[in-house]
Amino acid sequence: MAEVVRLEDVRKYFPGVKALDGVTMSIRSGEVHALIGENGAGKSTLVKVLTGVHSLTSGTVYVDGAPVSFRSPHDSQAAGIAAIHQEASMFPNLTIVENIFMGHHLRKASGLLDWAAMKTRTRELCGRLSLKISPDTLVRDLSVAQRHQIEIVKALSIDARVIIMDEPTASLSLKEIKELYELVRKLREAGTAIVFISHKFEEIFEIADTYTVLRDGKYVGDGRVGDVTTDDLVRMMAGAALDRLFPERTPTIGGIALRVQSLRQAGVFEDISFELHKGEVLGFFGLVGAGRSELMQSIFGVRGRDGGSVFAGAAELKALRPQQAMAEGIAFVPEDRQEQGVILDMSIVENTTLASLKAVSRFGFPNRKTELATTERLAKRFSLRASSLRQVVAALSGGNQQKVVLSKWLATEPRILILDEPTRGIDVGTKAAVHSFIGELADQGYAIILVSSELHEVLGMSDRVLVMKEGRLVAEFDRDNAEAEQVLGAAIGATTAQRGA
Amino acid sequence: MSVSQRLAKTFVRWEAVLVVLLVGVFILNTSLSPFFLRRINLLNATYNFMERAIMALPMMLIIIVGEIDISVAGTIALSSTMMGLAMQAGASIPVMVIVALGTGLLAGMLNAVIVLKFRVPSIAVTIGTMSLYRGIAYVILGNQAITGYPRELATVGQGVVGNGMFPIPLAIFIALAAVFGVVLHRSRLGRCFYAIGNNATAARFSGLPVDRYKAALFSLNGLVAGFAAVLLTSRILSTRPNIATAWELEVVTLVVLGGVAITGGKGSIFGVILSVFTIGYLRFGLSLINVPSQVIGIITGLLLVGAIILPGLFEKLSNRMIIDRQLIPDIDSETTTIDA
Repeated sequence: MAEVVRLEDVRKYFPGVKALDGVTMSIRSGEVHALIGENGAGKSTLVKVLTGVHSLTSGTVYVDGAPVSFRSPHDSQAAGIAAIHQEASMFPNLTIVENIFMGHHLRKASGLLDWAAMKTRTRELCGRLSLKISPDTLVRDLSVAQRHQIEIVKALSIDARVIIMDEPTASLSLKEIKELYELVRKLREAGTAIVFISHKFEEIFEIADTYTVLRDGKYVGDGRVGDVTTDDLVRMMAGAALDRLFPERTPTIGGIALRVQSLRQAGVFEDISFELHKGEVLGFFGLVGAGRSELMQSIFGVRGRDGGSVFAGAAELKALRPQQAMAEGIAFVPEDRQEQGVILDMSIVENTTLASLKAVSRFGFPNRKTELATTERLAKRFSLRASSLRQVVAALSGGNQQKVVLSKWLATEPRILILDEPTRGIDVGTKAAVHSFIGELADQGYAIILVSSELHEVLGMSDRVLVMKEGRLVAEFDRDNAEAEQVLGAAIGATTAQRGA
Repeated sequence: MSVSQRLAKTFVRWEAVLVVLLVGVFILNTSLSPFFLRRINLLNATYNFMERAIMALPMMLIIIVGEIDISVAGTIALSSTMMGLAMQAGASIPVMVIVALGTGLLAGMLNAVIVLKFRVPSIAVTIGTMSLYRGIAYVILGNQAITGYPRELATVGQGVVGNGMFPIPLAIFIALAAVFGVVLHRSRLGRCFYAIGNNATAARFSGLPVDRYKAALFSLNGLVAGFAAVLLTSRILSTRPNIATAWELEVVTLVVLGGVAITGGKGSIFGVILSVFTIGYLRFGLSLINVPSQVIGIITGLLLVGAIILPGLFEKLSNRMIIDRQLIPDIDSETTTIDA
């Protein structure tokens, strides 16, 4: 089968992060190619490179053997590459035919839009995939599965030869998934190349012909799906033994600092119970969307809950009262730094003291000297790099912004730290600094929850690892028996590891 | 920052533009009437716009936290009506004042409840309550006016401080502006307001009681509208359901022309004070030469649109002047760390 697209030694660097670091991949017509890797392995970046959203740092993309450079999504579409996203990006109040031809309407000789021709073409394309939907249906009246189908029709309408499907089954029912497989097989028979991104191994073995595994932005392996087992793939995703350095420490675990009992929020997380001890780093691993961030937000009190209770020491923490959680010594470094962590247009000083304004105020007025002294002390502790502490946070790099968030929470003098993806998207130097900081605090008796989608970070830092999958705690591992493959397997559901087993 | 950058930053500030505008208005008014610059005229002219000026102060805080209250003029009509009813029922002046303040406070609290409980955008809610509050005034009064307020009531809205010639409303405005300025620029509350306006999510995630602060500000806005109703009623010694018509837009114009970002998070008390006097004296000058009120309305509308567009443009210009001269060291050093 002919090679349609070839990536050769493709690299994409962002400031501080090597999102893609030498990836080679061959996409052939009439093949379903599974792209595999854990969160942050570089799959999304690869899709964005293929669809012209990101430009390359180095390397070459070939289409039909000729090198190309996509300057925009439009270039990529013109080359016949279309992506179908997790969250279908459609116009709900327009009809199917209007959605399909958005941006490349067919026109009559007079220049007017030729709706009749567009409808005919839509019917023809739907027929080719044996879909029975009227082109005049409004998209908002379609089910999620039908919207996916229309996205595929849309891809065909621009004569796409490569269709990228990013977790297409994520929100589909079993029956709908079967239908999707049928569709994918039809496309394959017609000679379309399909890049299929999925976390579910059953799916990969059911539908894919070939695979490529990425890890940390690097190419790890590829081959035919028939030649490997689930264990092989998990091993490739997880990588060999810990090849990164994490602080050495000998934890002294104390009494219970935080106790969560049967906490639930309908449709988000269910029946969550665990205990966190003083001096302990408790890792939370899971795939994106497993409900970890939502759980942490609910514990801290910035998100509601439908049942269950949270105790910090003796005090019960009520829902939607972050002030109470803070009074009990809880600090929460949220997942989304720019939206939830920092206030971009305010200065480093103002950000640092925001959560502890009372402590630096007298009679309700912040004392500028005290504020500056507090900020200077913390900035020094984290080696914050800024031209002035009065600089706005927007001018800082991601790593330095994260240092400001950490400073803000350390200024509240907490006893319990909840860190949600504290090293996401920051440079290696800052990452190491954050890791040694976590180790130091745990050694000083702080109780720490570390939520991370980076397997090695969780394994390297945690004394105990809890794994969440689809809103539930599914497995627990001690530091000594937390093996990368088992932890990842529990998160993905490839093995039948049970909690407490 | 070098000296030249600091100069650039100062002169391209919106407040500087307002000073120029204010001077321009003074020159215009002096050319229209040679008596304008007399102290007594300058002071007396302020009686006409102090109610709106005072209302601009809490509105400034509401807009800074990223909300808006369009119902303030309706609140004035309702408060003044209730005050009139109290007077007709034989209430004394202090009771009348309390009734007006209480009505305003309740109106503001209702706005707060609807906006925060039901998570509806405040612009939609307060457009609704604007009609509601004024509608109640119309239902109660029909096309009638309430008159017959006691002469002593006039002391507040028409009086002077002591035996001099300094208007009481102006004195109240200056005192309140000082308080609001200190709260906004020096206090913990003010810091929280800026934080909420810039990023309400991050503020909430930092443990700030965002909803409580917003509820307090809506209530305060209603209370101050009630106070403005007292001043206005005291100045004109009558109540009609159509008093203070379209003042909501003028108050918002004062705040936004003062450089407060309509999207929240930015603005200063100095800008608002300057814009109060700029617009106040501009309207005074235009009425001196008998410009019809409809035309004044057109000019106010244009000012509002201009006020929304211009401060942003100025900021861009000012940033560009500064960035041109400033290398951002952080990015460079960051990349070198990685390659090392």
